[in-house]
Amino acid sequence: MGYQAHFRVWRGDGEGGDLRDFTVEVNEGEVVLDVIHRLQATQASDLAVRWNCKAGKCGSCSAEINGRPRLLCMTRMSVFSESETVTVTPMRTFPVIRDLVTDVSFNYTKAREIPSFKPPADLAPGEYRMQQVDVERSQEFRKCIECFLCQDTCHVVRDHEENKESFAGPRFLMRIAELEMHPLDDADRVREAQSEHGLGFCNITKCCTEVCPEHIKITDNALIPMKERVADRRYDPLVWLGNKIGRRKA
Amino acid sequence: MSELERHAYDVLVIGAGGAGLRAAIEAREHGMRTAVLCKSLFGKAHTVMAEGGIAAAMGNVNSHDSWQVHFRDTMRGGKFLNNWRMAELHAKEAPDRVWELETYGALFDRTADGRISQRNFGGHEYPRLAHVGDRTGLELIRSLQQKIVSLQQEDQRELGDYEARLKVFAECTVTELLQDEDGRIAGAFGYWRESGRFVSFEAPAVVLATGGIGKSFKVTSNSWEYTGDGHALALRAGAALVNMEFVQFHPTGMVWPPSVKGILVTESVRGDGGVLRNSENKRFMFDYIPEVFKDKYADNETEADKWYTDADNNRRPPELLPRDEVARAINSEVKAGRGSPHGGVFLDVSSRLPAEEIIRRLPSMHHQFKELADVDITAQPMEVGPTCHYVMGGVEVEPDTAASRVPGLFAAGEVSGGMHGSNRLGGNSLSDLLVFGRRAGAGASAYVQGLTERPAAAPETLARAERSALAPFDGEGGANPYGLHMELQQVMNDLVGIIRKSGEMAQALEKLEALKAKAAEVTVEGHRQFNPGWHLALDLRNMLLVSECVAKAALLRTESRGGHTRDDFPGMDAEWRRKLLVCTASGDGVEASAEVVEKPQVPMRPDLLDLFEYSELEKYLTGQELTGQSGASRGEGS
Repeated sequence: MGYQAHFRVWRGDGEGGDLRDFTVEVNEGEVVLDVIHRLQATQASDLAVRWNCKAGKCGSCSAEINGRPRLLCMTRMSVFSESETVTVTPMRTFPVIRDLVTDVSFNYTKAREIPSFKPPADLAPGEYRMQQVDVERSQEFRKCIECFLCQDTCHVVRDHEENKESFAGPRFLMRIAELEMHPLDDADRVREAQSEHGLGFCNITKCCTEVCPEHIKITDNALIPMKERVADRRYDPLVWLGNKIGRRKA
Repeated sequence: MSELERHAYDVLVIGAGGAGLRAAIEAREHGMRTAVLCKSLFGKAHTVMAEGGIAAAMGNVNSHDSWQVHFRDTMRGGKFLNNWRMAELHAKEAPDRVWELETYGALFDRTADGRISQRNFGGHEYPRLAHVGDRTGLELIRSLQQKIVSLQQEDQRELGDYEARLKVFAECTVTELLQDEDGRIAGAFGYWRESGRFVSFEAPAVVLATGGIGKSFKVTSNSWEYTGDGHALALRAGAALVNMEFVQFHPTGMVWPPSVKGILVTESVRGDGGVLRNSENKRFMFDYIPEVFKDKYADNETEADKWYTDADNNRRPPELLPRDEVARAINSEVKAGRGSPHGGVFLDVSSRLPAEEIIRRLPSMHHQFKELADVDITAQPMEVGPTCHYVMGGVEVEPDTAASRVPGLFAAGEVSGGMHGSNRLGGNSLSDLLVFGRRAGAGASAYVQGLTERPAAAPETLARAERSALAPFDGEGGANPYGLHMELQQVMNDLVGIIRKSGEMAQALEKLEALKAKAAEVTVEGHRQFNPGWHLALDLRNMLLVSECVAKAALLRTESRGGHTRDDFPGMDAEWRRKLLVCTASGDGVEASAEVVEKPQVPMRPDLLDLFEYSELEKYLTGQELTGQSGASRGEGS
């Protein structure tokens, strides 16, 4: 049942730090977060880690395990062999605050730049009517728990600080797609997705989809359809003409 | 004191779950400069864990539903101990609060005619819970979060500053409320989790929306944040708590593997057809239908199963009894040796619905069991057992304004008390957050608008708060906060848990005293920057004070009702229904101690009483109360 595992955990702050070695007990059924908690309780009481629900629902305990962006609470120890060293490091794309805790304010800044849901002007509360098939597309994106692992893994910003200014990242490009596909949203979001939020940076390598703990098909269902809508607008000659003579909003 | 960071607002909301965010939206819409303090990051509050839905009598699925039926169900669920005015406001206003969420962008599951779908849940007579699969809490918090962002965008357009009127501060923990010499609220003092630096917020009105106390118990569905902060802050500021003896153990938490023990398994599993079985493969809930519910619940499998397709002509399955009943039944089965291999019972939906339907309706449950327990719920039963889930007790408030006894202090959501009586129905929490979050925001705004001057905290209050927060860094060799926390959880679990006895609770109180003494000497290592050991040391004070309230009130109430079950007093006593237990505190910090006194319950308004049949009231009310009951109601029941 229980065994002693070898862990390497990054400890430090914004100034710098290094990997520290720990030998720690692991029991049946545990996840990496349990082991981090055991380290806190027995060997390193000030080890900083964010967590809340411990059930994959809040998206707080994001970090990198053996280099892969993961939720600590949803990574079971049984996926590693007993002799394997488990290395836990903070998300690389965001500045470190301390140990496994990073400054994720980039994401909150980007969230605020996406224009909000624009409710239909002609419907009062209680009068909204939508079909299940029509809400399901956006519902998939609303499963997002904002763990920001997709933002962490996206190569557009992972090692390119300079792109952060003009790129919202997969999570917030998906938010635009969610609103664009909302049956009752009154705003037009296609052009801004490209011009303001950096949709063009995405070259659909699907890294975001691979790390999504909610298994949302970010690339296939959100980003590619948005790119198609942009292409339709930009390259469709009729739309182009409509824009020129000012009869269509785009 | 050197360069303390200071902010000033009109309304300060402590807590950023459903109630806090709704309160903040309301205060901002009333023109207040408003701040919200999150203990975690924005959007991570415990509300995200709510699964099943929001109860609101919209009547979209069964048009017989109305606020009156919802009110009746709520009072029955709480065994008539509820603050009836809160239950009334809640039932009347919940539909508007749900519809309003759609204007914020929420996308609920739909009925065939395009309205918000509603599902069945324990204790609700009709399908009543608006939902999004089994992740309704996430939808609620995200919608509120996004509404706040949209208000900030308005302010950006109008005033050039996103945060001109509404600001969210993340990872900030409040350790003290600030008051002026007359006891009026003047603000709050706390620390940034990230840096450990202190901060003071000057505000004439504070809305507490800090959630519950579950982290005082060993097996709980609650996250680390649920340390009773608001309950303890209110007590130390001079407010009172009511109903603290009532703690809800959700009947279905995961029991295996050990590291996930306590994590919630939504009641929707049962609402959608899931059944409970013991090791003998028996649907045991038929043996546990209490007298007061006999006419509402089916006593055989055939009728129970028919109810899912024809609810008007069959009684409900007993798996959908209120949570306290189901939790006690599971507890008894396990004690009688008919439990599952890991000490729970079986919850099976795999034999009741096709696999694709289970995945559509219960996606998070499917995911959670697959990833954490290697169980495929479309093919196998789950193992479940009771887990500490919710505290019915909380700050005593004015129902209409959410105001506490302390001028300027308001409370909404789980931290407030009264609405749910002795037991909360599933789905009534999310609606409670919205209805009373809004009322607290409005109440706080009206209070601030009525002030002629802003109360100011005496400077020594700040110095004292700072000293108290730094105490765990003084000295060496004191107790380790993690160890103390585990001891506390064990005490509460073993001695003040789901089934209570006088001797055990007395023993718990002795142990709590000993733990308080150790907590006063607790020491932590390291420095102040994001130091979880220090954070826990400070949270422990709150958990200890609140645990003392729970144990003291539970010892006094010599009857069993809802979320309070006494082995030595197994019956419900109508005399006790007329009494509330009210907790107050004296002393400060870790030295604070709780006192509990009885207070008469305000009799229910006659028109509300008339909503019930006489024969039902007889089960709950004393003979003396019944004598005063009007003839019309008496006739209706006979």
